[in-house]
Amino acid sequence: MKPASLITILTLALGAAAPWLISSYELSLLGRFLAFSLVALGIMLTWGEGGILSLGQGVFFGLGGYALAMNLKLAGLNLANGDMPDFMQWSGVSALPGFWYPFANPWFSLVCVVLVPGIFAAAFSWLVFRRRIGGVYFALITQALALAFATLLVSEQAFTGGFNGLTDFSTFAGHDITSQGAARVIYLITFLLVVASYFFLRWLLGTRFGTMLRATRDGENRVRFLGHNPLPYKVVAFTLAGMLSGMGGALFTLHAGVISPALVGVVPSIEMVVWVAVGGRNVLWGAIAGTLLVNFAKDEISSALPSLWLYALGGLFILAVSFLPGGIAGLFTTPRMPRFFQRRRQEAAE
Amino acid sequence: MHETAFLIGQIFNGFSVASLFIMAALGLALSFGLMRVINMAHGEMLMLGGYLAYLTLLVVPGPLGILVAMPVAFIGAALLGAVLELTVIHRLSARPLDTLLATWGVSLILQQAARNLFGAIGVQVVAPSWLNHTISFSTGILSGLTLPDTRLFILAVAALILGGVALLINKTRLGLYVRAVNQDRPIAAALGVNARLIDLCVFALGTGVAGLAGVILALLGPVTPTVGQSYIVPAFLVVILGGLGSLVGTTIASIMVGLFTALIEIYVDVSVAQVLLLAFVILFIQIRPQGVIAVRSRALEG
Repeated sequence: MKPASLITILTLALGAAAPWLISSYELSLLGRFLAFSLVALGIMLTWGEGGILSLGQGVFFGLGGYALAMNLKLAGLNLANGDMPDFMQWSGVSALPGFWYPFANPWFSLVCVVLVPGIFAAAFSWLVFRRRIGGVYFALITQALALAFATLLVSEQAFTGGFNGLTDFSTFAGHDITSQGAARVIYLITFLLVVASYFFLRWLLGTRFGTMLRATRDGENRVRFLGHNPLPYKVVAFTLAGMLSGMGGALFTLHAGVISPALVGVVPSIEMVVWVAVGGRNVLWGAIAGTLLVNFAKDEISSALPSLWLYALGGLFILAVSFLPGGIAGLFTTPRMPRFFQRRRQEAAE
Repeated sequence: MHETAFLIGQIFNGFSVASLFIMAALGLALSFGLMRVINMAHGEMLMLGGYLAYLTLLVVPGPLGILVAMPVAFIGAALLGAVLELTVIHRLSARPLDTLLATWGVSLILQQAARNLFGAIGVQVVAPSWLNHTISFSTGILSGLTLPDTRLFILAVAALILGGVALLINKTRLGLYVRAVNQDRPIAAALGVNARLIDLCVFALGTGVAGLAGVILALLGPVTPTVGQSYIVPAFLVVILGGLGSLVGTTIASIMVGLFTALIEIYVDVSVAQVLLLAFVILFIQIRPQGVIAVRSRALEG
């Protein structure tokens, strides 16, 4: 057996056994960070393979998280009776807003977790990419999107819970989600989804689609000159990343018991990119490893020395992109192409 | 208040916000035209300018302190910009997206440093008494319209800076080199222009102007570690709308963004205005993807 597949099997076994190996606090952290790593897989797909840097993945994370949180917030309320979530009563809303009603159905909510970010990502990226706006421009527009989204969530307090977001959940589809047993089930679902997404993306990147995506990254004009339209590949990649972020957001909401604007704005969105930059943007397992590593480090550092974390994060960014563009994973993988061609590729990108 | 007066007041506000955007976006746009990189730490140059104004006023109190603070902030921010260019940006200039991320790291560090040095709440710079007047109209259709002197001062400073930079770019030898590198870097370099030096000069000039803008921001409100952030995202949108490295394009785009924000805020609150501004930008690039003024096409960029 090759060492690589041995490591894969060991990791899978350890991940699946984790609920019985580590404390419930550590399990809750690991679950959250695995939910984050779904976002990271999406960033690896768009940024690493597609060359599309989005500084607004928090928006899709938030759309997924809020879609589920709205259901969790409505659980146990008698809507026919005119019941409303607590924060709406505090804000003096007289009746539940219309767009909240369908979310009372848990299955509708689950579908929305994937579809709302997916549709929004598709529409947004199609509008921008079809006019050949890419690269730095796209990064800046997505950052503006993250800012607008977070500000809107804060200001529309009566509908979104404002700065505090949505929190205080108890049941989903009739099942208690606060018990320790439920935490294990949620962890295992998260773990399975991460594994499934990993293998799906590994398959996808090996297909023609993956080849075309990388070709678009390395020379979009050449792809055009060869008679292909790069637009669908970019839109599909960005949409998939949006859906992965939405799933990550929903799972995070289940693990953390809260979703708020502070988790989806400009800074968290760009932090998501750091995970992938540190882990390795061109390697799938690098994205997951980077997410876990950076977040566990953040947990350690920010609980010991809170102000140090922002210095560390800033420094990590500068060092990772300046000296280690392949991330941690880049240290383990040999370049796929001889050096000569790699240099040519960089020149072409200039 | 009369409706016309109110509208004129909002338009005036729009122009004064636009003049801040011009000063914030000028450096971004010029460097972007030359090097294709965006400095995410540009907002922190505004912040630095604000804190330098605060420190200068501690040393030079009195009515003319603010006039001393402006060159101090310009030089301070230009020096920091030059250091940033030499250490981080030049190293990464072949990889625009990585530059974006690295400079964002710089921005985080600068913000946290400001938080540790000056506190998270922020410091107050008191506008000198000669800026404490307002021009008010009490008769005619303009009755009720008030124009604060600080706002007029901002307009004047922005106009002076814009005029100065325009003269520099259009009339001097340095400006000729800047335009040459902007249009075709390899050819300009082949003809003996030191393109690296031009990059450095323009970058430092841009951060210096942002530092100056920071002094002005300090007159409008407290200087906090994140003061630059609220102006920098609209400034990025200005760069997208303006077109590559074009002074006229940047000016027009700033006025568009400033006026759009000021006028839309008559009808909706600030957060919705932000969403609508973004929608406006996305709509605008559907019609003119190359920006207001196109020196070069974006369509075939790498």
